[in-house]
Amino acid sequence: MTLKEMKPGQSGQVLSIGESGPLKRRIMDMGITPGVAVKVIKMAPLGDPIEINVRGYELSLRKEEAARIEVQV
Amino acid sequence: MSYTIALAGNPNCGKTTLFNELTGSRQRVGNWPGVTVDKKEGICKKDKELHITDLPGTYSLSPYSAEEIIARDYLVKEKPDAVIDIVDGTSIERNLYLTLQILETGVPTVIALNMMDEVEARGDEIKAEKLSRILDVPVVPITARSGKGIGELLAQAAETARGKKTPQKLLVFDEKLQRVIDEVEKELESSGESDSAWKAVKLLENDENIAAGISEELKNRIRKIIGKAYGSNEDPEAIIADQRYRYIAKVVKDTVKKSAAGHIETKSDKLDKILTNRILALPVFACIMYLLFACTNSENFLFLGIPSPGIWLAGLVESVWGGLTGVIEGLLGNASPWVYSLVIDGIMAGLGSILGFIPLVLVLYLLISFLEDCGYMARIAFVLDRIFRRFGLSGRSFIPLLQGFGCSVPAVMATRTLESEKDRKITAILAGFMPCGAKLPIFALFVSTLFADSNQTLVTYSVYIFSIVTAILVSLLLNKFVYKDGASNFIMELPQYRVPTLKSVFIHGWEKVKGFAVKAGTVIFVSTVLIWFLSGFNLDSFNGKNAAENEDGSIMCEMNDSFMASVGNVIAPVFKPLGFGEWRPAVGVVTGWIAKENVVVTFAQLYEEDVTEEYLEEYFSRFTSEELEELGFEGGAYDSEAAGDIYSESVLFEGGDENALPHMKDDIKTKAAAYAYMVFNLLCMPCFAAVGAMKRELKTWKETGKAVGIQMATAYAAALLVNVVGGLFL
Repeated sequence: MTLKEMKPGQSGQVLSIGESGPLKRRIMDMGITPGVAVKVIKMAPLGDPIEINVRGYELSLRKEEAARIEVQV
Repeated sequence: MSYTIALAGNPNCGKTTLFNELTGSRQRVGNWPGVTVDKKEGICKKDKELHITDLPGTYSLSPYSAEEIIARDYLVKEKPDAVIDIVDGTSIERNLYLTLQILETGVPTVIALNMMDEVEARGDEIKAEKLSRILDVPVVPITARSGKGIGELLAQAAETARGKKTPQKLLVFDEKLQRVIDEVEKELESSGESDSAWKAVKLLENDENIAAGISEELKNRIRKIIGKAYGSNEDPEAIIADQRYRYIAKVVKDTVKKSAAGHIETKSDKLDKILTNRILALPVFACIMYLLFACTNSENFLFLGIPSPGIWLAGLVESVWGGLTGVIEGLLGNASPWVYSLVIDGIMAGLGSILGFIPLVLVLYLLISFLEDCGYMARIAFVLDRIFRRFGLSGRSFIPLLQGFGCSVPAVMATRTLESEKDRKITAILAGFMPCGAKLPIFALFVSTLFADSNQTLVTYSVYIFSIVTAILVSLLLNKFVYKDGASNFIMELPQYRVPTLKSVFIHGWEKVKGFAVKAGTVIFVSTVLIWFLSGFNLDSFNGKNAAENEDGSIMCEMNDSFMASVGNVIAPVFKPLGFGEWRPAVGVVTGWIAKENVVVTFAQLYEEDVTEEYLEEYFSRFTSEELEELGFEGGAYDSEAAGDIYSESVLFEGGDENALPHMKDDIKTKAAAYAYMVFNLLCMPCFAAVGAMKRELKTWKETGKAVGIQMATAYAAALLVNVVGGLFL
């Protein structure tokens, strides 16, 4: 499944990042690399973007970007 | 001998606090060449030999944003004597990612382990000595906000800078990757490239900036080396990031002792449960925005019947300035009339209009600095992103646009908080479209006189709606056709909430106010004096005719005969398709650029045949003495000297006289034309003060000119549409 499909409170492990180019580098620079543990904290009040906890800090990203990140729950 | 020390670190790692702590007030803010990113430099207050440069906050040294390119270019090309890498101890993993990249550049490095107070409060422990041994650089635990550990940090930094101790290469990558990197490095070295070790890693990371700097032939050889080691389905770029983080995870495991495993709820998380709560987020946000607005622009602060701190301070400054003007008026008693007018109506009025804005800007900036430093600004973007994304903006654009309803000057300046340059440019343009306080008198006058038989409230509201719809459409168009480039993703850290230090909020605020006063001030001053000249002089001023005709021997003339009238005549035909192609409305548009409320004042002067002494006396005769006093007549007695000013500012501004200026109807004949005139003034170039602010934020005259051009084109197109389409119905 993808990070987008995870529910608030759910934890998982990143398998792969389907992006390419600068966006992929940005995602990885921010600490989302294969194998890392992520936890979805919440959705924004209007449903998008989402807030996740990764490597001990909070990161927000749009669902559109989260849909390209494969995770294992 | 002086040494340069660069401060590098993630955004929100306390870099600015440390910079202020090290340099005190001895700092200089400029720009990095070519980009709109602040360049801050200062001399260390404790050790004058140390020159400190504050690099932009970045998460990595990839060429992803302007900030990152600046930071890496500075480290690699300018080679500071040392870099202090500030690491936020509360999110050490992500922070060390930048650290590894800084170490790769080979610049002597000292790590400042910041936020140690929070680390301790969480019950965690970071073994600084062990970390120092592993990374082979000094590591100094500090708490920048309280100043703890800074003396030690400074001593280490000075020693490192003087000793030029380059960090040892770390074994971050696995054998295979390191072998490929070494091969590429050798290839670069043999071609005479500098910084070959660093460039080798960057080339494997697929870094276009570095690749562009080497020859095609060398690139091909390197491509072959990489291609031999990694197949087409493998991605060295991802492998490098992955291995860096793997290395960090190992380091962290050895040096950090967490009080609890996994994600534990911090105070900040608890606060976030309210501030970004599904139901509460928007109401809480509305309250905070209302407070921000109330503190800066409100005449009725929190319904207490007193003006807001911003307005109160502005009033104070204005009355002091008024007093000073009075004193100077007295001193100029014997000066020739034009000198008197230059000093009072030109210079003093010009400077006064700048000074009047400073308190608003100051209060706004203190509040915005606070919201930014405490971490709430990122939440605003998080909450509103969904809405603003549709219009091609980001959630952060909201604050500048909201401020625009009060005053365009702070609105334009608030665009500073936007991360992407594209958003900043578009928002600065849109902020000028908002119906600011000074535009309201125009609407009041027009609605009361030319829409006397319509639903006036509805007409006024429709102007507001018009401005918002225009802003949305223009934003979409600009995104599609003008500012096409620029990142449109939303991968953003939500930093921990922190109470900012008063000192840092004040330094932040003061810096910006100073920038405004100097940069915007020049624009406002020069243009005010220019318009003063155009409105008060004509050719006869210089051949003695005016001096002979005027009773007081003044060489100046009435506005009706001035250069300004000629300017009005020249540009009037341009406005013909908009329905108001006459010289007087045209002059109104021009004087509106000094300050939008001038449009109404100018009308009262230009249609002088409608504002005769007899008319005023008859008009004011309907009021009782109390009402007259309320309108501004001293002691409630009618005074023909003061009547003109009171008529324009207390009556016309409020739309109080529906029979006002009947001759205006000769120039602006239809309702469609009247609405087009309101729309044009709403959307066209804002006042010079706002243009000055735009110049400050957009940095170059070229960009500022482009932005104003877009505003003018929008105003013209919208007014044309209103006049043509409206003409069919009204």
